[in-house]
Amino acid sequence: MFNRTLALLIISLSFFNVSAYAATPSEPLWPTLKIAYFGDKEIREAANDLLVIEAPKRAEDAAIVPITVKSLVAQTADKYIKNIHIVVDNNPEPYSANFHLSPELGLIDISTRMRVDQYTFVRAIAEMNDGSLHMVSRFVKASGGCSAPAGKDAAAALARLGKMQIRMRKPTVGEPVQAQVIVSHPNYNGLQFDQQSRLYIDAHYIKNINISYNDKTLIEADTGISVSEDPSIRFTFTPESSGVLKADVKDSKDQSFSLQKNI
Amino acid sequence: MKQLSLSLFSLGVLLTISATYACEDYSVKEVSSGIYYHQGVHEEPSESNMGAIANVGFIIGEQCVAVIDSGGSYLEGSYLRQAIKNTTDLPICYVINTHVHPDHIFGNAAFKDDKPTFIGHEKLPAAIAAREAYFAKTFKETLGKAYTGTEFISPTQTASINKPITIDLGNRELILTAYSTSHTDHDLTVFDSNTKTLWTGDLLFMGRIPVMDGSINGWIKTMTQMQTMDLNFLIPGHGEASSDKWQSGLQKQLDYFTLLRDEIRVIIEDLGTIDQASKEVGILEQNSWELFEHYHRRNVTASFVQLEWE
Repeated sequence: MFNRTLALLIISLSFFNVSAYAATPSEPLWPTLKIAYFGDKEIREAANDLLVIEAPKRAEDAAIVPITVKSLVAQTADKYIKNIHIVVDNNPEPYSANFHLSPELGLIDISTRMRVDQYTFVRAIAEMNDGSLHMVSRFVKASGGCSAPAGKDAAAALARLGKMQIRMRKPTVGEPVQAQVIVSHPNYNGLQFDQQSRLYIDAHYIKNINISYNDKTLIEADTGISVSEDPSIRFTFTPESSGVLKADVKDSKDQSFSLQKNI
Repeated sequence: MKQLSLSLFSLGVLLTISATYACEDYSVKEVSSGIYYHQGVHEEPSESNMGAIANVGFIIGEQCVAVIDSGGSYLEGSYLRQAIKNTTDLPICYVINTHVHPDHIFGNAAFKDDKPTFIGHEKLPAAIAAREAYFAKTFKETLGKAYTGTEFISPTQTASINKPITIDLGNRELILTAYSTSHTDHDLTVFDSNTKTLWTGDLLFMGRIPVMDGSINGWIKTMTQMQTMDLNFLIPGHGEASSDKWQSGLQKQLDYFTLLRDEIRVIIEDLGTIDQASKEVGILEQNSWELFEHYHRRNVTASFVQLEWE
């Protein structure tokens, strides 16, 4: 899905070449992006009755901007949010993540961290199980001063590549609990420079995080280069029995990492 | 008629100058014998302050001059160069950059004609490469005309951790020390052996809120080591140079980051969020620092994601 979307974007951007490059604040990118990612499907805007997106007004650190998406309507087997697409309009790769969601999640409450290096809209587009699309968005101002979306300590990030944590408060069966999956990974976006070889480092990033409980997927996230170094997903779920919470992670060089926690 | 056009011309020149920073307003102060610095203002970089927000300066030996940080724009670099020319006829042999931030390196190109050796930490070239495009785009706008001429010049000589390099300006040895990740992952200090003066770069901020762009734990460790240094003078990256004020400044900065670390650790332990931390941590510090609003929450955010991996 993700790669197909990327391919679509590239094709579309070459069609829409002129308008994409002429984009200025007065001529926003979104109309082009919308066609690239969602074709001619209708998107209901300002879907504040269904979704809430939280983001700081200003990106304090361009490399780490916390984004939270919450649903206001509980997931049911008949009617549920199947996917939440995250688009950061003015990032080098605007299509930033797609969270595939289980109908068993209850209320959605998902947070992650993004790179945001300039003034931009951050959008969450919910795709329901009937295929309809509903969008909420927030405007995030760029950080000031010397903040750059570059990593702070590349050596440290690389040294602990693949280390994982599942963090949560003490869970009670039958009650919602917050959990966080973090994977240490430099998430190279292809713009970083290697001082030894004097060449740009190939993009090397986490592309898929699958979070399951007792082997049933709760959230599967397709992620791209907009996601911060050391990708983090925080979410709420309700364990209906004791069991195993597991996170399986794949990166763009087909390395796999995994961690589980007994509840 | 001729007179009128001349005076109109002069008026035009005056207006142009008064709208920006004039060269004659650019002052340098002698800290200790042969060591001069321009003290940056505690402001965000702008066209009107030409990005001159950091401490920059030079050291004069018997044969050579070394520039330590070149300024926050090409314009500041050219004013600093003029200040050197007003002080000595000796050639500028070295331009030393303490780290990558724009207020410390953007003046490099103003010294190109002197053909100096550019020196920095071994990780500085990578840091420049990673930020160059972003800085160019952002600061062209921020600095306006002051930016014109700015180039990103990487060091050709570098210092590695545990392998300080010594340069001789003629009866004056400077020891250049590279640090492990602290304020950034490529901090470099300059120590003048003759006068026991340390140029810290942004390992020390005085008055202006420090910005963490490296490692909170690493910086705390470095600050603890700096406390034991035997110095006659210290020139911080921002704020006043002194023989007797830096000790309390260093303590204050150490206390600030220690407080942040303590409070963030509690929030992480309780599975709190970055958002919560940036609203709660260190807020009592807000009257203690200039530009707190601009960088404090950034420090909390950047520290939070590091302390998650302790």
